[in-house]
Amino acid sequence: MTARGFWPALPALILLLVFFLFPVVRMLGFSVEAGTLDWYAKALGEGLYLRVFWNTFEIALLVTLVCLLLGYPLGYLMATTTPGWATFGFICVLLPLWTSVLVRTYAWMVLLGRNGVLNRTLMESGLTTDPLPLLHNFTGVLIGMVHVLLPYMVLPIYGAVRRVDPAIPAAAAGLGASSARIFWRIYLPLTLNGIFAGSVLVFVLSLGFFITPALLGGGRVMMIAVLIEQQVRETLNWPFAAALSAVLLVFTFAVYALAQRFTQPEATR
Amino acid sequence: MRTAKGSGEGSAELLIEGVAKRFGDVVALDHVSLQVAQGELLTILGPSGSGKTTLLKVVAGFEAPDAGRVTVGGADITALPPAKRDIGMVFQNYALFPHLSVKANVAFPLEMRNVGKAEIDRRVGEALAMVELAGYEARLPKQLSGGQQQRVALARAIVFNPRLLLLDEPFGALDRKLRETMQLEVRRLQRRLGLTTIFITHDQEEALVLSDRIAVMNKGAIQQIATTTEIYERPANDFVADFVGESNILHGTMSAPGLVALPDGRKLMVDSEAAPGARVGVLMRPERFAPGGINEFTGEIVEAVYLGTSFKLRLACEGGQELLVRQPARGALPAAGTTITVGIDPEAIHVF
Amino acid sequence: MSRRLLVAVCALIYFFLMLPLLVVFPISLSSAPYMQFPPPGFSWQWYERYLDDPQWIDATWRSLYIGGATAVLALLLGVPLAFSLVRARFRGRALLDRLALAPIIVPTIILSVAIYGLFAKLKLIGTWYGLVVAHTVLALPFVVLVIAAGLRDFDRSLEQAAEGLGASRWKTLMRITLPLLRPSLVSAGLLAFISSFDEVVVALFLAGANMTLPKKMFDNIMMEIDPTIAAVSVMQILLVSVVLVLIGRFGRGLRDSAR
Repeated sequence: MTARGFWPALPALILLLVFFLFPVVRMLGFSVEAGTLDWYAKALGEGLYLRVFWNTFEIALLVTLVCLLLGYPLGYLMATTTPGWATFGFICVLLPLWTSVLVRTYAWMVLLGRNGVLNRTLMESGLTTDPLPLLHNFTGVLIGMVHVLLPYMVLPIYGAVRRVDPAIPAAAAGLGASSARIFWRIYLPLTLNGIFAGSVLVFVLSLGFFITPALLGGGRVMMIAVLIEQQVRETLNWPFAAALSAVLLVFTFAVYALAQRFTQPEATR
Repeated sequence: MRTAKGSGEGSAELLIEGVAKRFGDVVALDHVSLQVAQGELLTILGPSGSGKTTLLKVVAGFEAPDAGRVTVGGADITALPPAKRDIGMVFQNYALFPHLSVKANVAFPLEMRNVGKAEIDRRVGEALAMVELAGYEARLPKQLSGGQQQRVALARAIVFNPRLLLLDEPFGALDRKLRETMQLEVRRLQRRLGLTTIFITHDQEEALVLSDRIAVMNKGAIQQIATTTEIYERPANDFVADFVGESNILHGTMSAPGLVALPDGRKLMVDSEAAPGARVGVLMRPERFAPGGINEFTGEIVEAVYLGTSFKLRLACEGGQELLVRQPARGALPAAGTTITVGIDPEAIHVF
Repeated sequence: MSRRLLVAVCALIYFFLMLPLLVVFPISLSSAPYMQFPPPGFSWQWYERYLDDPQWIDATWRSLYIGGATAVLALLLGVPLAFSLVRARFRGRALLDRLALAPIIVPTIILSVAIYGLFAKLKLIGTWYGLVVAHTVLALPFVVLVIAAGLRDFDRSLEQAAEGLGASRWKTLMRITLPLLRPSLVSAGLLAFISSFDEVVVALFLAGANMTLPKKMFDNIMMEIDPTIAAVSVMQILLVSVVLVLIGRFGRGLRDSAR
């Protein structure tokens, strides 16, 4: 268990070093190939690109907030309902989670388009006269991203609520606390860890989102990942793409490191 | 104190010599030595954290000792992996393989020894018959009751005729009635097969029922090894006296041959050859008090409990001494607050 | 919040989650020549078009075997890795733990671009095994998380019992440990498969002319939205459902993944 413990990890370690760590470091190296930090100056200095970073940050924050607002009631309900309904909840959360992002994005295009299901329904019912602009804009990206990321919020919150000993709220109720008080004074503080874990995960995943903004944003919502892709595939500007990647990566890790300082070290162990 | 007294008859099958083990700063085993004779059942009795489980793991090969050696039948097995030791073990939680049937569980050690199929069938059948589980071959462990699981674990541990049987608190999970049945059954089986056995428990009652000899452990060291009656009647020190059975333990000085002076000035007549001036411990078992005993104690009853066959009384004696006394349950339970006098004869007092 | 209000709110959220999955069913069975809702009539035409198009079928097969190979490779590498991470104590274990989970944290776009750069040099663009390697990097954290959770709950006394009864370490592993870990292995393998089968960003960069199903779908969505893609989506959803049922039946870790 002591000396023989490491070698089973070796093949995986080699894979991770050769096909993960090395290529990422190699790529990031392109950004300083010229020996200057010019590409970083461009990424962080020019208003156009700064706007993309700011945009990305804003969207990620908003997505996280909406996911939290939707995810907490769902996670709470799933953790406190009967096993049968909990299973139903898991199906509703896990089936979308494991369905291809493309399928879901396509479906949202069908739903949100000018002639989409939603606008048709609204107009035919007489609620609106003109189609609402839901696709190829901020709203579309927001809806699509929340849909993709909501499960990542629900699962940690579900876990946190499950860990609350049911005797505690029962005792509080027995002592005369109203259900609202039980929520604010017991569930919320005891599930902060789950809220935090879910929020960090959703926020960090949002930062690197590519498919949803690329398809639902219709070129009008620029996020950092889309910009990186453009730099590599369209303008072949590797050094700039590398600099953008480096900034995104540093920001991502910073959020994680910050988050880890505020939680008990139980995330991976 | 390590006593080699009464090491059972026959040759030593298992020999543990100077075994030491520490985990960081914690001394789990402090140079423990003991021997178990062929066919003997030795119980290692101790509170949790006393090192008894570590000792068992060293014997089984799951823990390597820092010092010392273990020999079985004269062969040094200290460095052998568990698989090569030929030791049958029943775990605390039985450790039955949940994905294997009863039959496959019991056949497992035979398969590992490349025993032929027909022979396996025969021996598994025999072993299951021995623990009265014939007909349960196809069941999975989770389809059995706790007692039945225990029997399967036992069958699995003896089916390959091990040199040694180790039982690690196997009765802990059973209710009282079943526990008593299983204890007797294990004892019968062990005698019948002549298996050299080490039994681990923290339950002193269980130890007294089952064992040929008992080794009492505390803080990584053996406090006393002796026969069951010896342990109960003549404990070697405070710890053993206190851990095994109910006791009243006092300390004093031998003031004259056969006379112990207690700190409060009282003198007790005892049956001891300890030299005058020696500091001694005095053990008085609660059930050895009787009306009319030579050493008299008078006190007020502070607590009286009815226990079916006996009354358990706590007396507050003159001089602040507290005394636990048991009396046969005859008549009415004495009321708290009444003052009674009890006595104990010199030969009922153990001096150590 | 009263319970009834909570249930009502959650019902809406469930609807929001399931809506995109449900909406593709009627569209895939539409008789209209283009996207139209509600469908004017019933027809299998989009399924027929999918099945008759060798490009779609090719892409489907390619995705299936790349997913299968990814699952196998991720298990072969990830299971021993999880054993090391959970059971061994060696210097740098905490670091390795982070490295093993890093592919989840590092944005996929960065990983894709990085591997694209490397594979372009190594002439691995457009090869199925190149994709398998990249997908294995992405699937490895899932395997490690699921197997590690299974290992942490594993009762070590079963292995001690086996060894005490005469089994070598190897036999203990094959006869006791791995069979008992089977639910975790099933979950990990299926998740690795699905993660590769669904994966689009890496494939976008590495697949080249050899389309995987997600890449073909991506191109289709960019070009023309015709309901063939709805038919493909329906089949994809059904496949995921089957996988989830399999995990629920033979695996473990779905609910545990919430921990």
